[in-house]
Amino acid sequence: MGVVALLHILQRAASLFLVFVGLAVLIFVIARIVPGDPARIALGPLASADQVAEMRQEMGLDDPFFVQLWTYLSGLAQGDLGKSLLSSRPVMDDIMGALPATLELVLFTIVLQIVISIPLGVLAAVYRDSWIDNITRVISLIGVVTPGFVLAIILQLLASYYFTSLPVTGRLDPGLDFVRGPTGMLLIDSALQGRWDVFADALRHLFLPSIALAAAGIGQVMRITRSSMIEISSRDFIESARAYGIPERVVTLRYMLRIASTAPLTILGLEFASLIGNAFVVEFVFGWPGIASYGVRTILQKDLNAVIGVVLVSGVFFVFANLIIDILLGVLDPRQRLRARR
Amino acid sequence: MSAPDMELSAGRGMTSRQMAWYRFSKNPAAMIGAFIVLSVVVGAIFAPWLAPSPESAGNLVNFRDRHGAPTWEHLMGTDNVGRDIFSRVLYGYRVSLGLVVGVLGIAVPFGVVLGLTAGYFGGWTETIIMRFTDVMLAIPPLAMALAITAVLSPNLINAMIAITMLWWTWHTRLIYRIVKGQMNEDYVEAARVAGASHFHIMFRELLPNCISAISVKISLDAGFVILFGAALSFLGLGVQPPTPDLGTMVSTGSEYLPEYWWEALMPGLAILYAILGFNLLGDGLRDMMDVET
Repeated sequence: MGVVALLHILQRAASLFLVFVGLAVLIFVIARIVPGDPARIALGPLASADQVAEMRQEMGLDDPFFVQLWTYLSGLAQGDLGKSLLSSRPVMDDIMGALPATLELVLFTIVLQIVISIPLGVLAAVYRDSWIDNITRVISLIGVVTPGFVLAIILQLLASYYFTSLPVTGRLDPGLDFVRGPTGMLLIDSALQGRWDVFADALRHLFLPSIALAAAGIGQVMRITRSSMIEISSRDFIESARAYGIPERVVTLRYMLRIASTAPLTILGLEFASLIGNAFVVEFVFGWPGIASYGVRTILQKDLNAVIGVVLVSGVFFVFANLIIDILLGVLDPRQRLRARR
Repeated sequence: MSAPDMELSAGRGMTSRQMAWYRFSKNPAAMIGAFIVLSVVVGAIFAPWLAPSPESAGNLVNFRDRHGAPTWEHLMGTDNVGRDIFSRVLYGYRVSLGLVVGVLGIAVPFGVVLGLTAGYFGGWTETIIMRFTDVMLAIPPLAMALAITAVLSPNLINAMIAITMLWWTWHTRLIYRIVKGQMNEDYVEAARVAGASHFHIMFRELLPNCISAISVKISLDAGFVILFGAALSFLGLGVQPPTPDLGTMVSTGSEYLPEYWWEALMPGLAILYAILGFNLLGDGLRDMMDVET
């Protein structure tokens, strides 16, 4: 990669930073303008007026709005999200504790989406209008219109009747004795420690939640892969590659798929927001101890700092995912870099 | 005769409206979508007359019939207190469609006006509006909606507010893109030269060119608003009992899995049915009017 590419990435990173600051301010403003006294909510209805006043002082709620905003933002810059009212621990610690579970689920889901949907999309494009194409069309429609939680429940139901060896809650069989390693992601930690029994069990636990989470994206990515493969198949450079006598398999996989894969990648990036949103319901159904479960719990308890933290962290997730995808796009299709510079 | 030929011969002597309807009616998926949407809307509007047991919509308790499997009398079975699930689904559609009308009724005009403004004026106006839109789009919608409903205390109106606050961004983006593309067209220039006001160019010249894209988007949106509302109430942050809501019904029913599977599955499939209908309809409209969304 040359200087141009690097500049492009830096430029994108800078604009994403602005988006991130905007996000932080926006969430803070929303959390402050809503009715209800955070101190009163924290202490519950039984607290006396003096206690509430003291709590307001402690939380800095009596300061002018911009002072509060500044305190909040400068804390944020140091990775301080405030204290959770629920667990009375720093929100950052709570989130960091729950993050690996979500990361593992989301990353595994994305791998699943790519591994399933791109080959199926290519197949659908190659065997256009055949029964293969029609089947993938139906699969993708079902994936797109089925709400995550409905699919999750259908999967649980199937598992309890037909696939009884698949666990429907949690990340690991509680009977297994395992000390987590550096990443907190069970698949990686267990592989590092050579505990393949744990690896297999973690994989079994991951299976249903990740399918429930992957379905919507699989449908979309498959259709996009198909249509962009079809569009590219009629371009001049593909025709000339064929005319040179390059085998069809090489033309399809090496020439077409490389360019065509930019469209599904873009969709994966955009889908990421709804993936995180869906993670909230899917983690809830499968009792997955991740950041979304934590989010739902704190939301129900009106734990404001924690709620802001969770929304902010999921926003950061989204922004980063799109930055990475942007970089990948530039690598896969050089025209993207030039277009962005113009 | 191939499809385009047929279209050509059928197209003779037809107005463009007839032509569009012809294309729509020859698309089986679109017709199925239209049928599903119609059945949902009719079911919701006429729920008090169509429901076999209208009293099931409320707090009826009939323990003798609880956990009843689907029969001819109770098409979708009965729930944990013996209420007819099919009747509750019909009433649930009322809530879902109400949510759709409420959210899109506010979010679409708001988003469209902002998109028109940004695309038409350009410059600083464009930068401010579109950057703000980017920020809003960077928030995972469900997470944000959850946060808003939680802070505002969960009920139908607040769920509606939360979803509305996020929904306008997609329309702003769509309209902005269309308007940007239209700004160099001759008719805009002609209107400007003729001395038309900004207001006239935006709403009388540019807006009509966005209408077909907006209507396709609305149809596709409707399904997702239903999904959103259902997900919120599934998590206990939307519509509160005893109002019959599909998401709440799935959530309550899931406590009785796997024995009484119909209690969660039937309302779940009802949600799926409605979303499927709006999606097929939206796709059909898109093919018919040949627009990008």
